[in-house]
Amino acid sequence: MNGALPLIWRKFGERYDLDGNFCETCGTAFFPARPVCPSCRRRGKLVPKKMPKTGKIVSFTEVFTGPAGFEHETPYFIAIVELDNKARLLTQIVDSEKERVKIGAKVGKVFRKISDIDPEGPIAYGYKFKVVC
Amino acid sequence: MVGIVGYGVYVPKYRITVEEIARVWKKDGKAISAGLNVKEKAVGSFDEDACTISVEAARRALAHSGIYAANLGAVYVGSESHPYAVKPTASIVADAVGASPELTAADLEFACKAGTAGIQMCLALVESKMPAWIKYGMSIGADTAQGRPNDALEFTAASGGAAFIVGKKEDEVIAEVLDTYSYTTDTPDFWRRQHAEFPRHAGRFTGKPAYFKHVIAGANGIMKRVNMKPSDFDYAVFHQPNGKFPIRVAKQLGFEKKQIEQGLTTPLIGNTYSGSMMIGLASVLDKAKPGEKILAVSYGSGAGSDAFVLEATKNISKKRPKKTVFDMFEEKEYIDYAEYVKFRKKLKSL
Amino acid sequence: MRSVSIIGTGCTVFGEHWNKSFRQLIAEAGIEAIQNAGVEGKDIEALYGGNMASGRFIGQEHVGALIADQLGLNPIPATRVEDACASGGVALRSGYMAIKSGEYDVVAVGGIEKMTDVGTDQAAIALGGAGDQETELFHGASFPALYALMARAHMNKFGTTEEQLAAVSVKNHKNAMLNPKAQFHREITVADVMKSSYIASPLKLLDCSPITDGAAAVILCETEKAKEICEQPIEIIASGQASDTLALPGRKNLYETMAARVAAKAAFEKAKLTPKDIDFAEVHDCFTIAEILAIEAIGFCEKGKGGPFTEQGKTALDGEIPVNVSGGLKGKGHPVGATGVAQAVEACIQLQGKAEKRQVKDAKIGLAHNVGGSGATATVHLFKAAEGRK
Repeated sequence: MNGALPLIWRKFGERYDLDGNFCETCGTAFFPARPVCPSCRRRGKLVPKKMPKTGKIVSFTEVFTGPAGFEHETPYFIAIVELDNKARLLTQIVDSEKERVKIGAKVGKVFRKISDIDPEGPIAYGYKFKVVC
Repeated sequence: MVGIVGYGVYVPKYRITVEEIARVWKKDGKAISAGLNVKEKAVGSFDEDACTISVEAARRALAHSGIYAANLGAVYVGSESHPYAVKPTASIVADAVGASPELTAADLEFACKAGTAGIQMCLALVESKMPAWIKYGMSIGADTAQGRPNDALEFTAASGGAAFIVGKKEDEVIAEVLDTYSYTTDTPDFWRRQHAEFPRHAGRFTGKPAYFKHVIAGANGIMKRVNMKPSDFDYAVFHQPNGKFPIRVAKQLGFEKKQIEQGLTTPLIGNTYSGSMMIGLASVLDKAKPGEKILAVSYGSGAGSDAFVLEATKNISKKRPKKTVFDMFEEKEYIDYAEYVKFRKKLKSL
Repeated sequence: MRSVSIIGTGCTVFGEHWNKSFRQLIAEAGIEAIQNAGVEGKDIEALYGGNMASGRFIGQEHVGALIADQLGLNPIPATRVEDACASGGVALRSGYMAIKSGEYDVVAVGGIEKMTDVGTDQAAIALGGAGDQETELFHGASFPALYALMARAHMNKFGTTEEQLAAVSVKNHKNAMLNPKAQFHREITVADVMKSSYIASPLKLLDCSPITDGAAAVILCETEKAKEICEQPIEIIASGQASDTLALPGRKNLYETMAARVAAKAAFEKAKLTPKDIDFAEVHDCFTIAEILAIEAIGFCEKGKGGPFTEQGKTALDGEIPVNVSGGLKGKGHPVGATGVAQAVEACIQLQGKAEKRQVKDAKIGLAHNVGGSGATATVHLFKAAEGRK
């Protein structure tokens, strides 16, 4: 699905600039944006919200066998990052020495090519993160 | 007043030394490195291209200048390694930095000087008296330059880029553009045909009739127009395909070494093509004091030069990034030739 | 309240069936189950087929109808059930509910996956669809990567070691030695696991279940009727199912599986039993960490203690609570859509006392735990031998 054009296009806001949303009732930030706040449901009031561009690593793995489309990128780091507003996302960690990729490490967002599976097809750009200190 | 209101530079963190490339081809790396005056070059990672470099440079320019992306009226990206042959890089960059759809955008190509051509277009648009005038325009020069394996260019063809925002508010301009001038002829010294993977060049023909002729014509042309001579400038920046040409051209024009040192970046990162002169100019803006004058001349094969005369304003010290271009170069990690081949997808099966 | 029992089981050998198609595999398991149940095809009133990704693996959708067709069961209603790797468990539950509701008395439940017709990189893409396509697989997060993130979090929170993870694999390979239908008949040591290469750190090749072809089937029957026609019916005494966020980042934490905990709790409450009452369990060990998470979620050991609990042999065939005596997904193999049904087949074999060398002594009550994705779906079923026809 990584080469599917309308899907790539629909996700620009989310993938380029971390567009998510926020429940004004309970104060929880969601990324990606959710159609319903799972805690407040109909009492929830969701408003669009850009996510902060920094956070910390909650867990990580170094992938040595990647799925189709990523087979030549190995090894690469995948991490769950908790952003400064507590929303969490899964992302690749790039440009970071192995010793610095650890739980609790501070990371910042970068703009990268994420999926380029067809040399004649569309390129999917979006967020990755790197360890910042 | 019209001029530069913000700038941002992005150089990928990976480096390969000239000696490492020479090792693979059993050449004398030390001699080549000294001959080119290039120690190492910046290499984009496997997931970097002219578009990602442009976005990073643009975001930095916006962040440091405090200009809202939504106020950009034009975005131009000059590159000879646009990821798409048809489909603009500029629209991706505009979207990624959060610009408004109400802007003009285009990709430019004029070998290594497309980014400076974009600056000229932004200057004209910002100064335009038409009702549709724009407040700010951004031009980016960025490349992941392609060097054919075992070609002379492989030692220097690098990745990197710079973004400049043009505006005219007096309290925002950090370097006023006093004049700009271009010199263009049909000189086929370097080209890449449609669908070809690597550019070809005409060897020594790229020197005297190409680079030197146009850079000198550009520099002399603009100095004549503004009635200035080399000693009137605090800084001079020239396109730098290697570390030698800009030094030699400066000498021929009558500039001293100290005038060009601050803008000479190719020895440390290689030739970033469309980014080359613009990164050099950014480095000069890192240091320039109010009132200091700068001559900047780009060169694009094919061939032409865009020349600019700039004067730093009193705003410059508070608007420039804390981290200088040279500081940025220090954030680096060395890779060997094998990793270089992998990152730049030079193996057929990648 | 109506009760549901299993009256017949069928299961293919699990492994790489280069010369057998999807159709052949499900026919083999299905026919075995129907014959084993001692019923005729005409007695079966509905069919539920668990399958995860036939579209990706063999380019074939609509496999509910295909299965009924292959087994000669037309025109009964045939439905494909898909909940990733929990497809089999959810198919079983669907059949169970259909009889519970009073709509039918006899229902066939199948589970199947034919995975080896595509290369491993394509298989990884197919399996990756069990996670979140848009926010996980898109970024290159393969399935081992998702479980590796959970493993790292568990190690960080509770001090679980890679050797403890390896102990799961060693045990399940040992059990698989005793199961003629298992994919692997090869004993391994902790050292073997430790020196196998990383797939997604901290998970290594021998922490991962294999790519497997296989099918399993059971025939369900209303219990009173089952007692009339079957010598050893196995009653499904409870069925629990729960869901969690599809993507890992949305979970409250990464070191426990909430859906499995909720499903297990629901099953125990329905059956008025506790984890202490269970004699053996088939749990979803798609990766070694998954078995640790499973035994903690079910409540066989304290939260966070799954590593040492396994390392001390408490889940071995002769341990306190034998887990995955069939060899589990690691040793027996993991044809994803078939796994949940195959677990029920193993539960029946054990409770009928027919497990031969891998027989759990005095097995009265068994548990099966099946998981979809990285834990977004979980089913827990409890089984007990019912009084049969004399």
